[in-house]
Amino acid sequence: MYTIRHFLRPDSLEEAYQTLLHARNNTVLGGCMWLRLGKRAIGTAIDLSSLGLDQITDTGDCIEIGAMVTLRQLETSGLLQQYFGALFCDAVSGIVGTQFRNTATVGGSIYGRFGFSDVLTAFLALPTQIKTCRHGILPLEEFASLPYEKDIVECLILPKQAVTCSYQHIRFQATDFPILACAVGMQADNTYRIAVGARPARACVAYVGTAPDPDVIAESLPYADNMRASAAYRRQVCPVLIRRALEEVQICK
Amino acid sequence: MKYVNTAVKKLDADALVQGKPVYTDDIASKDCLVIKLLRSPHAHAKITDIHTTVAEKVPGVELILTYKNAPHHRYTSAGQTYPEWSPYDRVLCDDTMRYVGDVAAVIAADTEKHAEQACKLIKVTYEVLEPVLDFETAKDNAVRVHDDDSFAKTPFGYAPERNLICTGCEDFGNFEEEYEKCAYTVDCTYYTPAQQQCMMETFRSYAYMEYSGRLTIVSSTQVPFHARRHVATMLGIPYTKVRVIKPRIGGGFGAKQTSVSEFYPAAVTWITGKPSKLLFTRQESFACSNSRHQMRIRVQAGCDEQGHVTAIHMQSLSNTGAYGEHGSTVVGLVGHKTIPLYNKLKGGRFSWDVVYTNIEPAAAFRGYGATQGTFALESTVNQLAEKAGIDAAEMRLRNIAKEGAEVFMTHEIKYINSTGLHGCITRGMELSGWKEKPHRWITPEGKIRGMGMAICMQGSGIANVDTASVELRLEDFGFYTLMIGATDMGTGCDTIFAQMVADCMHCPLEKVMVHGVDTDVSPYDPGSYASASTYVTGMAVVKACDTMQKLIVEEASRIMDCPIDTLKFDGSAIVSENGQSLSLDDLAWKLVAGPQTHQLVATASNGSPISPPPFMAGFAEVEVDPETGKTDIVQMTGVVDCGTTINRALARVQTEGGLSQGIGFALFENVQFQSNGKMMTDSFMNYKIPTRMDTGNIVVDFSESYEPTGPFGAKSIGEVVINTPAPAIAQAVYAATGVRVTSLPVTPEKIFMGMRKK
Amino acid sequence: MQVTITINGKKYTRLIEPDMTLYSFVRDCGCYSVKCGCETTNCGLCTVWMDGKPVLSCSVLAARAEGHTITTLEGVQADAKVFTDFLTAEGAEQCGFCSPGFIMNVLAMKRELAHPTEAEIKQFLSGNLCRCTGYTSQMRAIRRYLEVEP
Repeated sequence: MYTIRHFLRPDSLEEAYQTLLHARNNTVLGGCMWLRLGKRAIGTAIDLSSLGLDQITDTGDCIEIGAMVTLRQLETSGLLQQYFGALFCDAVSGIVGTQFRNTATVGGSIYGRFGFSDVLTAFLALPTQIKTCRHGILPLEEFASLPYEKDIVECLILPKQAVTCSYQHIRFQATDFPILACAVGMQADNTYRIAVGARPARACVAYVGTAPDPDVIAESLPYADNMRASAAYRRQVCPVLIRRALEEVQICK
Repeated sequence: MKYVNTAVKKLDADALVQGKPVYTDDIASKDCLVIKLLRSPHAHAKITDIHTTVAEKVPGVELILTYKNAPHHRYTSAGQTYPEWSPYDRVLCDDTMRYVGDVAAVIAADTEKHAEQACKLIKVTYEVLEPVLDFETAKDNAVRVHDDDSFAKTPFGYAPERNLICTGCEDFGNFEEEYEKCAYTVDCTYYTPAQQQCMMETFRSYAYMEYSGRLTIVSSTQVPFHARRHVATMLGIPYTKVRVIKPRIGGGFGAKQTSVSEFYPAAVTWITGKPSKLLFTRQESFACSNSRHQMRIRVQAGCDEQGHVTAIHMQSLSNTGAYGEHGSTVVGLVGHKTIPLYNKLKGGRFSWDVVYTNIEPAAAFRGYGATQGTFALESTVNQLAEKAGIDAAEMRLRNIAKEGAEVFMTHEIKYINSTGLHGCITRGMELSGWKEKPHRWITPEGKIRGMGMAICMQGSGIANVDTASVELRLEDFGFYTLMIGATDMGTGCDTIFAQMVADCMHCPLEKVMVHGVDTDVSPYDPGSYASASTYVTGMAVVKACDTMQKLIVEEASRIMDCPIDTLKFDGSAIVSENGQSLSLDDLAWKLVAGPQTHQLVATASNGSPISPPPFMAGFAEVEVDPETGKTDIVQMTGVVDCGTTINRALARVQTEGGLSQGIGFALFENVQFQSNGKMMTDSFMNYKIPTRMDTGNIVVDFSESYEPTGPFGAKSIGEVVINTPAPAIAQAVYAATGVRVTSLPVTPEKIFMGMRKK
Repeated sequence: MQVTITINGKKYTRLIEPDMTLYSFVRDCGCYSVKCGCETTNCGLCTVWMDGKPVLSCSVLAARAEGHTITTLEGVQADAKVFTDFLTAEGAEQCGFCSPGFIMNVLAMKRELAHPTEAEIKQFLSGNLCRCTGYTSQMRAIRRYLEVEP
């Protein structure tokens, strides 16, 4: 059972960050979806709800997605659909259920860098940048490989340029974590970004270039066993997902 | 008005969909102690010492029970008619831990937080022992799961020194000889996992002391009368001191045929005198309660050139886990509820071993062994059909029994009184397109479709064991109260009995009150399990109604001063041949006023020497992605013979729900353990039951027969509906891919790897 | 800490522990329709509306619901009846334990999706588990309900 000693809804990101750094057991609240799974004794729980981070904003050159934007917002955003097609809808619609996605946050998903994350996989197929309190702005793939640190995700930043995308995944059951997930984004200059997640390690960018070969890409990645599937199975179906994603992207184009 | 065989709305429906507080935790008093259980992290360990002094100092902590101070009476928690087949191998808090999750201490405090806090402060010293985790090596293993004074009241080979709770073999004719003669034979071994019941309401019980010094337990149970005995035995107190009340229940599926949570509030309240409650978390419900028995079943079967199955040998090894529970009874159904489907049998053998291991106990789950047996035998018959070159459905039609036929290899019936199985198969063929569609074809998208089928049977109550009693009262203004001990767990048996009373007494349904179970006032009933309620209790209802009719006419005869044989009761009035009439309402109030009062109460008990089988045919159509092995159900068709369907809506929903659970068993539900015996699949996050996106199109119909020994011709429906999906789906996958999965669940990986091998 | 949460149109001001869930809060306020079926956000039994959107009350901190408007089945009985009459006619409530959360999500769906396809309905409601019915009878009731004009 988790416990929380204090609840704080700071008025500024700076206050939130300073509170987080102040004590070891102070924690930022994301969507709180799996709070009850933990047995953590949280000192101060920091709620970012008052910081206006719950918006998907068109800033002119970019689209900014605040950390408190829910997965459901990602799924239903007209703006994101306009530029990235069904990528986010396809990536998150298998996550548990509508109610879950109404409170689960982008910041929570991205900070968590969970091995099964559909959200991280999808964003990695785009030239996404992330803004955090500790690091400022950096490429998401760089953040994805960092160890867990005391940090607060402020937002994700996407260039406002259309990318043709496809999201492919295998799930044991419709709303389960994926056994394997693959996102492909093809930019206007015909550059492909291919991300593979749920291997079941943290999602990574598996390929950036103009001539992707599914077998070579799949072979370049490490896989592991977990209770949903073996590494051997993942390795063998990975080229299939990559190929299908590429085919879909080419058809869409 | 006729109610039987129509779709009557459930009596409790409105309360349930309005979210009224009708379940255990809704009605538990707000000031009761909250109980938490400290559970063993080891699969097998001896507690050498346990210190509770620090934990006891946590504010609000009322009581901590360990092996040092807990009552120490041996009991079984299996809900079975006394004397149980189940061994008495439990005590409340033992010093030996037999699986990860076994109870080391019981903590009761004023709040959940305080109880949790105290839980963390209890210091346990474990001597970790080697566990027996693999059920295939449990028998005669050097490690003993039960090295104590456990005993069985009705021993069927109970030998804890061999880790055996039950062993046996039955023969019919000469199997070896007949097997030799067969034109085609199959010898195959199957594995089925310990499926979890997953009712939405976890185990929970609430206890309080009555003014008279008696212990009352409000519990989400399928077996209130057995629970009363369990609790009294555990505490070593007279049965008269315990009362069990069953409120509305959020599902059971057999899980609650075992007392799981009841013991702890019972002990805490009995000792402290204060009300207490225990709600199992979902994690506890998964890892620390009970499940279906994991099994290995080897089937050898053979048929002649015409496809007549003449020889069957089923050899089953069943894993009961750390405690005996329903181990010795479940295993019987593996053979007894499958082999009798094949009526051309000449030589049969059924043998079994049930072993103890250091994992979560297995107990009752819808299907109760028949589910595992059906997967094994039907998969084998599907293989035989292929070898013999006979259509699988046609093969079944050639083998099943006709009405009146003698049945083999079961103690539960001698002859088939009623069967609609032929119609189940032929109707299922129509609904699934079995004849028209190819059983393998490739869709334009490159997916492979496959079809498969299976048949199954179950029982209706336990022959010569189950009895049910009911009491029907004529109340003061001409309405009826029906007192029952059968436990509606969402299945709607309260409503079904009301329908029966209304039809028997020719009255509107609104005139029938059905009282839920309270062991102080309800007549005895073993509870709702073994598909017993409609058939066994239902027949008691019909008998009580017959008696009530006689009583009404007798009393009317006295009041009207007319001979009995000149009177007729039409439901609303008693009318004499000479035109005199007395309304039931008038009779009713006259019977409760004045010196000659005589409230009419009809009681009836019913037990059955037979357990007539309901039948079913299931047809699966699947679509496999050949590049990933991912399999989706396109359509699952089920046609059931449950005799007369008493409530058409509820029978349909039962069937659809059972098929869905069967689909889960076939494709998704996969209990997994770490190497140290800790369950990994102990949440809905990691144990996947079907969502509404996973079941495909479920199509249900009925092929009714008329069972002369059942109420209105009814048999049972609760369990038979879960058995066909696994073998039908596995066969459909085989048809599509050529991969025969013999170890459930049929996962994408097994299919994919199988296809790669080819 | 003190919070004020509006539940079914009524304001409740309570002193709470910071780790109290909205689920516990609404039950403490007498909304017993709200049930808890898991610890992992998978079952949907605890579904309530927060500012009109279906959320899992087991995973919302009561402290976070401060100032928000919560609706439980107790607060929408008349609207719910339009649907539940179809549900009970099918016997699709069965044990009933998952019904309140499911009903709340169905009502939310009708408001959110104009003319949902079968697949969209299943997708929207996929976070509501039911172990009794196999969902088929629920779908029959939903189809009839969606034909009713709003």
